[in-house]
Amino acid sequence: MPKHSQPSPTGTTRRTFLMTAGSTAAAAAFAGHTATGATASEGQGSAAGPDGPMIEGAVAITLRINGKDRQLRVDPRTTLLDCIRETVVLTGTKKGCDHGQCGACTVHVNGRRVNSCLTLAVMNEGNEITTIEGVGTPDALHPMQAAFVACDGYQCGYCTSGQIMSAVALLKEPCGADDASVKELMSGNICRCGAYPNIVAAIQQVRKPG
Amino acid sequence: MKTFEYIRPANIGAASATAAQSKTAQQGADVRFVAGGTTLLDLMKLNVETPSRMLDINGLPLDKIEAAQDGGLKIGATVRNSDLANHPTVKRDYAVLSQAMLAGASAQLRNMATTAGNLLQRTRCMYFRDTAMPCNKREPGSGCPAINGANRSLAILGTSESCIATNPSDMCVAMAALEATIHVQGAKGVRAIAFGDFHLLPGSTPERETVLEPGDLITHVTLPPPIAGSKQVYLKLRDRASYEFALASAAIVLTITDGNISRARIAMGGVGTKPWRAPEAEAALVGQAPNQANFAKAAEAALRGAKPRSENAFKIELARRCVAHALSMAAKA
Repeated sequence: MPKHSQPSPTGTTRRTFLMTAGSTAAAAAFAGHTATGATASEGQGSAAGPDGPMIEGAVAITLRINGKDRQLRVDPRTTLLDCIRETVVLTGTKKGCDHGQCGACTVHVNGRRVNSCLTLAVMNEGNEITTIEGVGTPDALHPMQAAFVACDGYQCGYCTSGQIMSAVALLKEPCGADDASVKELMSGNICRCGAYPNIVAAIQQVRKPG
Repeated sequence: MKTFEYIRPANIGAASATAAQSKTAQQGADVRFVAGGTTLLDLMKLNVETPSRMLDINGLPLDKIEAAQDGGLKIGATVRNSDLANHPTVKRDYAVLSQAMLAGASAQLRNMATTAGNLLQRTRCMYFRDTAMPCNKREPGSGCPAINGANRSLAILGTSESCIATNPSDMCVAMAALEATIHVQGAKGVRAIAFGDFHLLPGSTPERETVLEPGDLITHVTLPPPIAGSKQVYLKLRDRASYEFALASAAIVLTITDGNISRARIAMGGVGTKPWRAPEAEAALVGQAPNQANFAKAAEAALRGAKPRSENAFKIELARRCVAHALSMAAKA
């Protein structure tokens, strides 16, 4: 698994460059109506926070994400997925189909894996939410993250955070010892690259150490 | 997605009273209850459902699985599918329900989806889900392109000239075979609805899928006391091995006494416009020996009256074999 985006000599990363470029373009197109700060960085929260511009119909909520309470203002229509990515700016959680069919958006709510695209942010006040950023760090990988690296459990990596969130939750679920049981319980996470055999190997490595 | 007001009702009475202000509890309801959100939010993103008020019932005391007074089981409306499927009593006494639920959706969705939500799961018919297309269920009177269109996954039993949409639930098929009862708190008080009476055939009003009226909140489902010695199987046939809707499925609850079948309950999924109980097949088995010839006769009876369309005639034979094979699996269980 790669380390965090490597800063260039100018101090920019691919993500901060795209965010700056994107919001500059948005500012040009919708002067006076931008809701996203150009300088938002991961995990800081952005303009949709309490100090940001008013969003019509927005409601104040507190979400507990990765052990930290965050005071946010969100449109009630905001899914937990969009809130995590766009409002809290934790971008490890991915948006694939946005209809509960691919599993890329998998996070844990009160220790159980869910599709964050099919629940509203406002429905999750009082819940303990864990994203991929709360599972491990580049210097202290969760054993499942290390196993994905060791077993080459990905190619493009887009589905990987969802796969790992599912796999970590699976460790505490009723699941038979064989590969078929793992495949059945991992069927809600689609991998377009077809890294399935290596994903199953990674999970089995963690379940049966040695 | 259309804007809506998000409300957490203080209690069941308040939830029911607010929902009673909706013109309908069916397609296009102005007020919707939300618990898991797995069907409703999906359809709201597609603008198929456009409620102006969302009542979040997750805070209401409807999340318990308890022994019922008659020796059966009481299942709360917001019990998650995964909790119900893995409950020790369900695994032991109502195995067909556990098997059906674990055959449905994905582990993530089962952690979200609820008992009551699954009862109200909507069809996967592509025309219903696409607001650019006509659909009598979504827009009454607009027509049904499925009847002469892409209907491979659609129903062959209980259809009408207005609608051939399949009920997609696995849980409901098992509950039909177990003869569950649905309990509702409505504007005029509480009432109990036999499972077979809950879902409606499309007829000329496919927008009306259940007997629910504005203000009706499903509070729980009860299962009758377990049938001692019954053999139970859920068999699901689909295009891929997991995480796919049924092309045909069968829920079997079979009792064999002194070498002959003394009681049979059979329901089918993936083939009907509602969870499809097959009383003719059940009657054909009672008093008979549990053998392949009798299972085939029962399967034949179960599909009598099936009406194929341009792409789904294969389902008739598939469902016959599904029922016959599930019966033989149950007999050996």
